[in-house]
Amino acid sequence: MSLNEFFNMGGYAFHVWTSYGLTFVIMALLIILPMQKKKQLTRRIRKTSRRRSET
Amino acid sequence: MTNSSYTAFKTMVHRDFTLAMRNRSEWTNPLFFFFLACSLFPLGIGPEPNTLERIAPGIIWVTALLAAMLSLESIFRSDFEDGSLEQLVLSPYPFTVLVYAKILVHWLVTGIPLMLLSPLLGLILHMPADGIGLLMLSLLIGTPVLSLIGSIGVALTVGLKRGGMLLSLLILPLYIPILIFGAGAVDVGLGGLDASGHFLLMGAILILAFTLSPLATAAALRVSI
Amino acid sequence: MWKTILKLTSFRNFYQFSGKLLPWFTAITFILFAIGLYWSLVIAPIDYQQKDSYRILYIHVPAAWMSLFVYIVMATSGAIHLIWKTKLSVVIANSCAPIGAAFTFLALVTGAIWGHPTWGTWWVWDARLTSELVLLFLYIGYMSLYSAIEDRASAARAAAILAIVGVVNIPIIHYSVDWWFTLHQSASISVSKGSSMHPSMYWPLLVMATAFKFYFVMVLMQRARNEILERDQNANWVQELEKEL
Repeated sequence: MSLNEFFNMGGYAFHVWTSYGLTFVIMALLIILPMQKKKQLTRRIRKTSRRRSET
Repeated sequence: MTNSSYTAFKTMVHRDFTLAMRNRSEWTNPLFFFFLACSLFPLGIGPEPNTLERIAPGIIWVTALLAAMLSLESIFRSDFEDGSLEQLVLSPYPFTVLVYAKILVHWLVTGIPLMLLSPLLGLILHMPADGIGLLMLSLLIGTPVLSLIGSIGVALTVGLKRGGMLLSLLILPLYIPILIFGAGAVDVGLGGLDASGHFLLMGAILILAFTLSPLATAAALRVSI
Repeated sequence: MWKTILKLTSFRNFYQFSGKLLPWFTAITFILFAIGLYWSLVIAPIDYQQKDSYRILYIHVPAAWMSLFVYIVMATSGAIHLIWKTKLSVVIANSCAPIGAAFTFLALVTGAIWGHPTWGTWWVWDARLTSELVLLFLYIGYMSLYSAIEDRASAARAAAILAIVGVVNIPIIHYSVDWWFTLHQSASISVSKGSSMHPSMYWPLLVMATAFKFYFVMVLMQRARNEILERDQNANWVQELEKEL
């Protein structure tokens, strides 16, 4: 299958690539959002731990 | 702090909008209701695409109307319960201006999302693609009317403990004209005829509601508090 | 013996255990997806009738399988919480909900996109599609209910009850193609009867399905760890951990 044929998907390019693309975006978000939340939580925990060690 | 009404308006909009954004279910629940209620019709009436296609504009309009009505409580209830509504009534700023601000936020947070979701519902109810644009335009003009007229009803019932059913009794009759012209506009347009008459009438109702209903709402709130 | 099992499911032990597993699951997930995607998009032959559009199958079917599987995990976790009052099961159930909702959404949307060239319509109100839509609302309902109740313990119990009640939808979804006349095709793969698909299409599907499973465990652990950190943020073990975070 040549690269052009691959992108064209036998004329069904819109359908196949929208499906795969949307799936990729959503599954990437499912990974990225918790990672951001983790950073947020880490920052908060660091702040409270610092405050504790200072008292 | 200047005494400018415009500043008061802007501040009120900003406050209400921030509050609405913080309470996510406040604006997502009407959307879910809209979707679910629309989905009930094919399940009750049968999935025949031709039948659904004919009644799709009506179904979408009625359920949008009901979803808007269910969401009206959010305009005044929480402010009423913690006493800030009373403070707003007593404030030096023109109360009607503040009411306009609240209704604007309600429309932005409820009406616009309903309008944006309607194409998807049109799709699953097998509405022809030409109707989608008409549907969105009719909802764009119609949803502000729903917020404006609805605010009168909420203002009248905000002080009551079990105001919910009474609210529907008060508001639904007032909603009938905009429903007839809104759903009618889409039906007429899909039938190939010119729908501009319907849209012009809806515009007239909107102007009437815009100029008069906040006055009624403000008066009703002063009574309810 | 129960005491040791319960101790294993403490927040701290789960956090440390999952911390060790997470890199492995991440690596395996990516490898499986790399293999699976190449196999599905390039190597697998075209379908006689649908040509290349059938390739959506390699995303649609695993997403749909996962939407059911994740719900069962969520409902089971909820039941465990109601019966044994374990806290980890609440965390697992809560973490499952958004993931399951995403899979259900993907199954519905990729199904609609696939249905458009295949059946000529984006949507039809048959039993399979409608019950899958109901599943999406069940997931959303679970999340809405949990966030609406202020007391976290009551919220967990209420949401668990909702999840268990909704389990009745799962066999409906699964058997809908057998019990009703639907547009959706009937099952070609079953645990007891093997597969009626051609092996050249069956194996890439299995690889993708396995990739999705590993992906699920990976993101589940991510979310569960976050919720554990949030719930236990003032505990000593978290404060000690902070130095390493």
